[in-house]
Amino acid sequence: MQQEVVLALLAKEPSHGYELRARLGQALGPLGDSMNAGQIYVTLARLEKAGLVTSERSAGLADRPDRKVYELSAAGQLRVAGWLAEVSWPKPDLTEFHLKLVAAAAAGLADPVAMVDTQRRELLRRLREAQRAAMAEPDGSAAGLLLEGIVLRLQADLRWLEECERNWTGRRRPS
Amino acid sequence: MSETPGSETPGSETPGTPVVRVVGLHREYGREAGLVRAVDGVDLEVAAGETLAVMGPSGCGKSTLLHLLGGLDRPTAGEIWLSGQRVDQMSERALGRLRRDGVGFVFQAFHLMDELTAVENVELPALLAGRSPRAARRRAAELLDRVGLADRASFLPSALSGGQRQRVAVARALSNDPLVVLADEPTGNLDSEATVDVLRLFEELHEAGQTLVVVTHDARIAATADRLISMRDGAFVDETRLTGGSSGQLGALAGLEG
Repeated sequence: MQQEVVLALLAKEPSHGYELRARLGQALGPLGDSMNAGQIYVTLARLEKAGLVTSERSAGLADRPDRKVYELSAAGQLRVAGWLAEVSWPKPDLTEFHLKLVAAAAAGLADPVAMVDTQRRELLRRLREAQRAAMAEPDGSAAGLLLEGIVLRLQADLRWLEECERNWTGRRRPS
Repeated sequence: MSETPGSETPGSETPGTPVVRVVGLHREYGREAGLVRAVDGVDLEVAAGETLAVMGPSGCGKSTLLHLLGGLDRPTAGEIWLSGQRVDQMSERALGRLRRDGVGFVFQAFHLMDELTAVENVELPALLAGRSPRAARRRAAELLDRVGLADRASFLPSALSGGQRQRVAVARALSNDPLVVLADEPTGNLDSEATVDVLRLFEELHEAGQTLVVVTHDARIAATADRLISMRDGAFVDETRLTGGSSGQLGALAGLEG
């Protein structure tokens, strides 16, 4: 789990680990289902070690991580502010596939058009899944918004594959 | 080869009979140097209740294929069977009846009658098939309700949004309980929100057991299908089953893993 994500979840108010998990679950919906429940506690422990988070045991019961209330330290607050202000964007990961096609065609090792077909099959399966999950979310759901973004990116990737197909089909033909 | 149209006993098809069966289908236009093989040797079976998507670049022959399946065009060679009935050799009259009763069409440009209200558009095929006006109206009202437009029944198409018009067109396509619904770029003229409405509607039809063939280059609608065929230069070049696939990890889609 990315440290900044956990810090930012904590920015609202001092919280138990399970409260952070609930916030994350709400934002991710079905996308968060595969997450390991322990991940947040592991990250919280690291953050505490790094001085970005402090904790206090609530109710003085057994020394279990879920009894602790965590709070951002001053350094933690600074880190969250920096993270929110940072302009970053997930990289479209097209270069590797593009280079695969170029190399396969140049060496005659594989048919780039067949590689495009294989890739398309996989992306369409993902699109199907993301779309079904998106349509199952109620209106105004935060997770639905994320799923919609994933659907749009997959659509863009599939459109690019169409361009790849056109390009490599053209080159394959004897001129 | 010598079978005459209608020689099969109606209702003789067994449960395993595909709704659509195509053997060695060809459709050519022009001749000599100008010869275009729009459909160039296609074999296809679509099972009852299946949703099939055919994708491919424009000009790949997918619309021609759809028109052949629905009897809007005749093949140069090959056979087309709908629910055990051979249709490519039917008389014009029999073909007209098939288009009206056996097949539901949905087009990119909706093709609604502008001067008729939504409910009148939907009931038209039933009236043409000889149903009583009352039965046709009742059925049309049910179908409009099914596509979520019961409150728009008396609207003219010009007063409806694109997505609503396409839903009316889908309701019309269902009017005579067709063997198969054939859709040609059904979301091609729609914005993203209206596209989702049509996607939902197609999923509902699928769940209700309607056999559907969609030709499209919209990946979103293709992704709702059970099976997807890619077409290039008039031929099928790739086929994939989208249901029961291998991926199954939404978390990976969100980039949460690794």
